[in-house]
Amino acid sequence: MAVLVYTENWDGKFKKATYELLSYANEIAKNTGNETVAITVGNVSDEELKKLGQYGAVKVLVNKEEKFAKFTAQAYSTLLADAAKAQSANFVIFANSYSGRALAPRVSVKLDASLAPGAIQLPTSYEPFVIKKKAYSGKAFVDYELTGDVKVLTLNQNSFKIVEDTKKIVIEEYTTDVADNEFVAKVVDVQKETGKLSVTDAEILVSGGRGLKGPENWGMLEEMAEILGAGICCSRPVSDLDWRPHSEHVGQTGKVVAPNLYIAIGVSGAIQHLAGVNSSKVMVVINNDPEAPFFEAADYGIVGDAFEVVPKLNEALKNFKAS
Amino acid sequence: MKVLICIGHVPDTTSKIRFTDNDTKFDKSDIQYIVGPYEELGLTRLLELKEAKKIKTITAINVGLKETEATLRKALAIGADNAVRVDANPTDALFVAKQIAEVCKKDNYDIVITGKESIDYNGGQVGEMIAEYLGVPSISSTAKLDLDGDKATLVREIDGGKEVIETSIPFVATAQKGFAAEPRIPSMRGIMQARRKKLAVVAAVSQDEKTKTTKHFLPEAKAACKMVDADNVGELVRLLNEEAKVI
Ligand SMILES: Cc1cc2nc3c(=O)[nH]c(=O)nc-3n(C[C@H](O)[C@H](O)[C@H](O)COP(=O)(O)OP(=O)(O)OC[C@H]3O[C@@H](n4cnc5c(N)ncnc54)[C@H](O)[C@@H]3O)c2cc1C
Repeated sequence: MAVLVYTENWDGKFKKATYELLSYANEIAKNTGNETVAITVGNVSDEELKKLGQYGAVKVLVNKEEKFAKFTAQAYSTLLADAAKAQSANFVIFANSYSGRALAPRVSVKLDASLAPGAIQLPTSYEPFVIKKKAYSGKAFVDYELTGDVKVLTLNQNSFKIVEDTKKIVIEEYTTDVADNEFVAKVVDVQKETGKLSVTDAEILVSGGRGLKGPENWGMLEEMAEILGAGICCSRPVSDLDWRPHSEHVGQTGKVVAPNLYIAIGVSGAIQHLAGVNSSKVMVVINNDPEAPFFEAADYGIVGDAFEVVPKLNEALKNFKAS
Repeated sequence: MKVLICIGHVPDTTSKIRFTDNDTKFDKSDIQYIVGPYEELGLTRLLELKEAKKIKTITAINVGLKETEATLRKALAIGADNAVRVDANPTDALFVAKQIAEVCKKDNYDIVITGKESIDYNGGQVGEMIAEYLGVPSISSTAKLDLDGDKATLVREIDGGKEVIETSIPFVATAQKGFAAEPRIPSMRGIMQARRKKLAVVAAVSQDEKTKTTKHFLPEAKAACKMVDADNVGELVRLLNEEAKVI
C-alpha cells in the first residue's frame, strides 16, 4: 500500500514547498505502514527526481508525454487517480495550491474517497482518521473526520517542516489511457510574473494599505522587501484603486497567505483582511492610529507615521543584516 | 445557453462565530446570512453576459433547508431568472456536488458556475466535484470568463501568474476575484420582481457521507501585542531576531 504524493514541478524544478509536502506525506506513510510514492508530470531530469528520495520517497512516477505538457484538470485527475489505483494508494496528498485545489476534488470522486482540503498539521488521530483544518476564514478550526477507505488531503503551505529520510529511489515512467475529450479545456497562454517573489511563496511579506496614500509611496516598502528578501502584498482597496497589481491582494477575497513574518504598514486590520493573513507565524503592524484593529491581532506593533517609521526601520534592518 | 450558478448561503463576513451542542454545531442565532462573495461575482458576470445576449437563462441553485430560500431570493433579486432548492441538510461537499450534478443531468445546463470556495467551511471542492460527476472540464479559480457561441475563454489564476484557457460547453468554472469588477446589489425593482420568480423545490438523492465535522474550536486567545516605541525601531529588529526568530 502507498501514500501517493503529487509533487508539482515548475519548469522541471521542485521547490522547498515540494519537500515540505513530501515530508508530511512520508510522516503519514510511516504512521500507517505505507510506502511513500511521488508522481510528477513534465520534463524533470533524473537528477532532480532523485532529490525526492531524500525526503522518504521510494519511488517516483514521471509522465513526460507531450499531451500532458500543459495542465488540464480533467485529464490530469484521470492520470493521478489511475496511478493511485495502480499503486494501491490509500492516501493521495496534494499541496493546497492552485493546482492541488483543482485536482484533489476530482481525484477524490474518482476514487470514491474522503477529501480533507487544507490540513494544517499531521492527523490528530489515525483511528478514527481526524484532520484539523481552518474554517470560517481562519476565525475557527474544525476537526474533520474522514470515513472512506481512501483519503485525499491537501496540505496548507508553510505548515510542515522538511524532514530528511533518505531512501533509495526508483524512477518509473508512467502513463495511462486518457480519452481525447478529457483534453478539451486547453491552456493557450501562460502569463508569468517574472523576477518577483510570488506572494504565496514568500516567507516574509511586507504589506501596504490605504494608509500609504498612493502608489508613489511604495518605494520604501520595496526597499524593506529587498533588505529582508521578502515579497510584497497589499490590502484590497489598494489593488482596487490600481495602486498595486491584483495578484498582490491578500485577504478573504484575495490570496490567503501564511508567511513566517507579516509586516502590515498602513493597513487597518479589517476582519476580511485578517482572514487571509491570520495564519502568519508572526505579525507586525505599523499604524498611526493606536485604535486600529490590527493591533489586537498582531504580535508586535509600532504606533507612528509610516513615512517616518519605515525609513528608520529600513536603516536598522540594513545595519542588522550587515552585522 | 443555459447557465446554473451555485449559490452559497453563508454567514456575513463580519459575523462573530460561535458554536453550540458541545462545539459540534455552528450557532446560527443572530447570524446574518448572505450570498457568498464569490458567487456574487459569478452572478454579476453572468448578468453582463446575458445583457450581451450570450446567455439565455440563469438559474440559481442551493442545497439546503427552507431557511436558505431568503438567500436564493436575493440571487433572484440581483437578476437570476429562476431558482432551485434541493431540499436537504447538506452533510458535506460531496453530498452537495452530487445533488447539483443530478439536477444538471435532468435539466441540461451548458455551464455551471460556483464560487471558488464557501466562506464558512472554506472547502473549495464543490465545483470540481460536480464537473467530475458530469465528466466535463473544470476550470478553477477563474478570474475572467468570456463567451463566443459555444466557445469560452477563461483566465485562471496559478501560482506565480495566470493561464488563459479555451474550452467549449459544457464546463464548470469556479469564480474568484476578477470574475466581475464589482458585485451587483439588488435594486428595489429587482426585489419586487424576485417575489414572482419561480423557486422550485426538489427532493435530494441519497449519497453516503464521506466526511464529518466532529468538533469546532475557536483560535486560542493570543498574547497581547508587544508595543515598540516609534523612536526605538532597533528594538523591533532585536525582538524579531532574538525573540520571534523570524529574521
Ligand atoms: C465581502 C468583503 C470582502 C473583503 N475582502 C477583503 C480582502 O480580501 N482583503 C482586504 O484587505 N480587504 C477586504 N475587504 C475590505 C475590508 O473590509 C477593508 O475595507 C480593507 O481591508 C481596508 O483596507 P486598508 O486597511 O488598506 O484601508 P483603511 O481601512 O483605509 O486603513 C488604512 C489604515 O492606515 C492607517 N494610516 C493612515 N495614514 C497612515 C500613516 N501615515 N502611517 C501609518 N498608518 C497610516 C490608518 O490609521 C488606517 O488604519 C473586504 C470587504 C468585504 C465587505
